[in-house]
Amino acid sequence: MYWKEFMHQCREIGIGSLAIVLIISVFLGAVMTVQTAYQLVSSFIPLTTIAVVVRDSMLLELSPTIICIVLAGVAGSKIASELGNMRVSEQIDALEIMGINTKTYLIAPKILASMIMVPCLVIISVVVALWGGLMAGAATGIIDSESYMRGLTMEFMELNVVVALSKAFVFSILLSSISAYFGYNVKGGALEIGRSSTLAVVISCVFILLADYILTFLLLNP
Amino acid sequence: MIEVKNIRKTFGDVTVLYDISANFYPGKCNLIIGSSGSGKTVLQKCIVGLFRPTSGEILYNGHSFLEMDTQEKKQLRQDIGMLFQGSALFDSMTVEQNVMFPLDMFTKDSFSKKLKHVNEVLERVNLTGTNKKFPAEISGGMKKRVGIARAIVLNPKYLFCDEPNSGLDPQTSLVIDKLIRDLTNEFKTTTIVNTHDMNSVMEIGDNIIYMYKGYKEWEGNNQEIIFSKNERLNDFIFASEFLKDAKQMRMIEAAQNPSNNPQGAK
Repeated sequence: MYWKEFMHQCREIGIGSLAIVLIISVFLGAVMTVQTAYQLVSSFIPLTTIAVVVRDSMLLELSPTIICIVLAGVAGSKIASELGNMRVSEQIDALEIMGINTKTYLIAPKILASMIMVPCLVIISVVVALWGGLMAGAATGIIDSESYMRGLTMEFMELNVVVALSKAFVFSILLSSISAYFGYNVKGGALEIGRSSTLAVVISCVFILLADYILTFLLLNP
Repeated sequence: MIEVKNIRKTFGDVTVLYDISANFYPGKCNLIIGSSGSGKTVLQKCIVGLFRPTSGEILYNGHSFLEMDTQEKKQLRQDIGMLFQGSALFDSMTVEQNVMFPLDMFTKDSFSKKLKHVNEVLERVNLTGTNKKFPAEISGGMKKRVGIARAIVLNPKYLFCDEPNSGLDPQTSLVIDKLIRDLTNEFKTTTIVNTHDMNSVMEIGDNIIYMYKGYKEWEGNNQEIIFSKNERLNDFIFASEFLKDAKQMRMIEAAQNPSNNPQGAK
């Protein structure tokens, strides 16, 4: 039953959030390409630099942080409202009467699924954003596909991938555990479920941004 | 048998239960009645362990619930079935999955064996053919019966029902009452029902405890309650003029034929 619940949560968090992650990532990549080209005013700077900047920006900051903030809204609010509804409608009490540890059965699978699926979503986001940048560059004539692809492979540092995954992993724990906490401890009725979901998203976002700063400082400070 | 001894429960500065003592017998429908806010639900939640009493003792067949370790409590909880006021069915599961849930958690039976058992229980509560429906697709009365099916699927020794008839029409309430009484008689469960439905009291009240503002005010059965002289109890059970008239008629009838009054009034 625990495995079944874990797989269910993987589907909910992973597949359930995939569409919005893809849409946001394509546009993030596209906008980054156009914006970077706009800021590169010197003709001495090669066009491949656009791809390098887009790649590193997506890896180091945009994909992990923006996608996790979006996931706090999509998956986090769902976790909080689902648990809140179960609390208010006495479903959690029903599980406890049966002798089931509700924290283990309801919360642990959500956090574990989040820890696995969020880094996967961030990797997908990076890939799709780079593709979005390629498309935008080619469509607007800012940079041709060949230069863009060449730029993507230039000065590549593995550390950037480690940073992206580390951030995604930490953010996934934050967004799922904060949302679960607020949902599990709801008291009252339907109104409180809405309030706790909103609060869960707001607090998750604040903690994600705080953790983002700390992780960036720890991992990238020379 | 469940014995409750001097249970007191406070939430912050507010005391909800004051030294409640009572016995709940196997094979009988033990009713806790009282108006809203009298402490019925808190008492029941203390007995099943959802709330920890501030003081007092709860004994399940002589074993103190509060002194049991986690494993003993887990074992005991497999002997407890509970029907919640709002049924508390799992929204994302079908009727079949809801009823099968305790079997999935606590037995290693094959799926076909579990399904057979689930179908037997659903037949017992007259819900044959509803296996694939979701809670949102069935009526309030059916939800209560699914709740009962889930509560009895592990053949519990103790059955708790919190307001089983709330929100139901009188006919459906009678069906639920009859089901609770039949299950109690058939499986000799210690059944504890919280209610303020007087029809239930008269139908299934083998042993009745009346709660008033956190105190146990009166104890008796459905024969004695009609002739009680406890004013607060009378105010509660004969809240309408119609029922007051009905009581008056019963009193006159009893005065004319004293053998109808079982024990005299208390």
